[in-house]
Amino acid sequence: MNKTKQMVLALVGVVVLYALLKALIVTGIIGPYWQIILNESMIYVIGGLGLSIIYGFTGQFSLGHAAFVGIGAYCAGWFAITFSHYGIWASLGSLVVGMISAGLVGYLIGVPILRLKSDYLGIATLGFNFIVYDGMQNSDKLSSVLGGAQGMTGVPQFQTFEWYFVTAVIVFILVRNLVFSSHGRAFTAIRENETAADVVGISPARTKIMAFTVGCVLAGLGGALYAHNYPYVNPDSFTFLESINYLIIVVLGGMGSMTGTVITAVGWTFLLEVLRMFLSLLGPSFINLRGVLYALILIVVIILRPQGIFGGMEASFLVPRIGRRKSNAAAGS
Amino acid sequence: MPLLEVKNLGINFGGLRAVNKFDLDIQTGEIVGVIGPNGAGKTTVFNMLSGYYRPTDGTIAFKGRTMNGLRPFQVAQRGIARTFQNIRLFPQISVLDNVRIAFHPRAGYNMLDSILRTPRFKAREAELTGRAMNLLAVFGLEDKAEIKANGLPYGAQRRLEIARAMAVQPDLLLLDEPAAGMNPAEVQQLVELVRFVKEKFDVTVLLIEHQMGLVMNLCERLVVMDFGEIIASGLPQEVRENPKVLEAYLGRGAVA
Amino acid sequence: MVTFFQQVVNGLQLGLVYALIALGYTMVYGIIKLINFAHGDVFMVGAFMGYIGFTFVKLPWPVALVMALITCAVIGVINERLVYRPLRYAAKISALISAIGASFFIEYFTSLNFVFGPNYISYTPPIKEITWIIGGVRITDIQVVILVTVAAFLALLQLLIFRTKLGSAMRTVSFDHDAARLMGVDVDRTISFTFFVGSGLAGIGGVLFGFAYPEIWTFLGVMTGLKAFIAAVLGGIGIIPGAVLGALIMGQVEIMTAAYISSQARDAVAFAILIIVLLIRPSGILGRNEPEKI
Repeated sequence: MNKTKQMVLALVGVVVLYALLKALIVTGIIGPYWQIILNESMIYVIGGLGLSIIYGFTGQFSLGHAAFVGIGAYCAGWFAITFSHYGIWASLGSLVVGMISAGLVGYLIGVPILRLKSDYLGIATLGFNFIVYDGMQNSDKLSSVLGGAQGMTGVPQFQTFEWYFVTAVIVFILVRNLVFSSHGRAFTAIRENETAADVVGISPARTKIMAFTVGCVLAGLGGALYAHNYPYVNPDSFTFLESINYLIIVVLGGMGSMTGTVITAVGWTFLLEVLRMFLSLLGPSFINLRGVLYALILIVVIILRPQGIFGGMEASFLVPRIGRRKSNAAAGS
Repeated sequence: MPLLEVKNLGINFGGLRAVNKFDLDIQTGEIVGVIGPNGAGKTTVFNMLSGYYRPTDGTIAFKGRTMNGLRPFQVAQRGIARTFQNIRLFPQISVLDNVRIAFHPRAGYNMLDSILRTPRFKAREAELTGRAMNLLAVFGLEDKAEIKANGLPYGAQRRLEIARAMAVQPDLLLLDEPAAGMNPAEVQQLVELVRFVKEKFDVTVLLIEHQMGLVMNLCERLVVMDFGEIIASGLPQEVRENPKVLEAYLGRGAVA
Repeated sequence: MVTFFQQVVNGLQLGLVYALIALGYTMVYGIIKLINFAHGDVFMVGAFMGYIGFTFVKLPWPVALVMALITCAVIGVINERLVYRPLRYAAKISALISAIGASFFIEYFTSLNFVFGPNYISYTPPIKEITWIIGGVRITDIQVVILVTVAAFLALLQLLIFRTKLGSAMRTVSFDHDAARLMGVDVDRTISFTFFVGSGLAGIGGVLFGFAYPEIWTFLGVMTGLKAFIAAVLGGIGIIPGAVLGALIMGQVEIMTAAYISSQARDAVAFAILIIVLLIRPSGILGRNEPEKI
């Protein structure tokens, strides 16, 4: 199929998906509760794509992604509350604030710790997650708005689903453009063989820091949206267990697959909610089984698909035509 | 002025002197070979030239500028490319992208161009792709452009590694045992390939090799190392007859 | 000054318990390069087995200790068989995800009402507390029991690793699986055995932890396990003396932070120290940083 045609079809797909979801919301089939879950799944898509850049594409193991989501949530929430008299502009600005703050912290922490490799990097980022968590617990000492261990309340809420959906679609397109560019190829080169990347003129340190910063910017954006999705932002939402959720999304989706990250982010969010709903229908004594089932699903899926559900695969309409042209001709000749 | 000027190069690992008083001048357009028994320090010299190891003493000058203290990616950007004894490709990505990656320092567009798909991005990207395809064609890999690098047979992987090195647009190409693991027929093809690359891309070549056949055939000049030092240098014929060289090789039962 | 020494003693008590857990992390990492996330939860099961042993079955505590050791060792081996072995030659991250799954499974399964239940359980340790005051510093018999038990098991472990055939098999496998196989070592069995020993030690750690801090619940292993793991990394993961050294440092850091800075900050300070140490010594205090061969 022609590439432009595929792009048009993809665009139509997005619009149809939007119309469908919107119709379900307007008719009340997706109630307020499920709408929040739907929004949350979009937040996981955005944050998950961030970790996908850091880990899935660049191979830099991070066990602290939730820290950056949290930084984004807190900074954006603080901004939106403090400047709430500017109305919608404060909320829009807060998204930018969330991105910049998480990106800046990511850059500053990335410069020293990205020298560490694989598991050691994972442990250092995990440690950073704990430090940030402690900071959030004591954030009231910095500004009473932040609420410390009590959590932050009063962030203006985005009631409409468009905020989350449109942001996620834009992020997805931009990430796809980044991945299929020289910068994206440099990221992958670092993941595949750092030494070889180095000898062809790619600075490993610079590339890793770049990928990490971009990933943290997306985490911050996800966090900013989080602050607008829940009336109550609390340090416990950004513990290392939440970082593990992001890791699961990227790994189960398949390393280096945007398609996988997106589908797993949505699927995982809904799976957990459906599990919760289903078990609570069975009775209160069953709700505790949720964790057990969650664990079993995780183990079974990873054993059946060690490379992730979409490992090494990408939906074909995402892959740019450029670079295929000549070889198609060659294959035809 | 020589293209590469190495003076009194030496390096210590712990208490061990791995390379000592290594001098080498290479003129533009030469093909020079470094030979010597296993553990003689050949790869260590390469690793110093390409910026992996920091020499304990001595100087490296390339095109008249000092190279001391540069990181490997900076060395590459200055115009020295290399291959590895154990091939190092980007295994899980396409053959085409293996080559395109090497254009990254000169991609000519920034991250904003990438994510916004600006006209500049499109123009440069099309050009990079065209150049990469041309390179692949030179190395007989154009019909393999879309398969993953680790799906190539061994000989093709070697060629891809050289193609990738040429995408760096080097003035000097360092080949670390390019014939390792090849049979005599493949070695002969390699000799022709290196000659062809040298002519086509106007590149100077420094190579390390074990297989005497290959170096005698290919190199205009040889440097022989043993125990971290140069023990002989000169034309292949001269070196072959040098008693010190015979001793270093035959005395230790290595390849003759 | 007396309070300071008191804190040193308290830190030592905590550090010794960490050491028993850290050993399991380091042994498993040494042999299959896996962060065994479920190890902390095996430790938790040990704490419960001890509690059940001397509270309900009324066993003398050394017997309860052995019971916990065996239970945990068996859980460790089963876990390796079912959850890790299928992924041994897959990407490392797959096995890690699997380990995270195993960890959640143990935590949530044991939280079910018919297992250990979801609540905190406080109990009276089986050893009557006797306190000696030496130069103003309080030392309890529980601390002495912990010190002696840990020292004894460390000595046993040392003997096992350096004086037995199984120990030398473990060292060979941790060096290179293929080479070990060529030398006729049964790699699978050796890995199982490593899990057996490491998990058994965590079981003992669990019982001793219960003596010192007799309040347990099924998520006990999350933070305690993580701290012990950090200790292993701090000392140099894969290196047995490193695990003990890291654990002792970790115990001191935690107690000292709680005593002199803020008890809330103990985790943050512990992790900050870890990050700083890693930046200076990327492979831990006793770890050797081997550059990549080119």
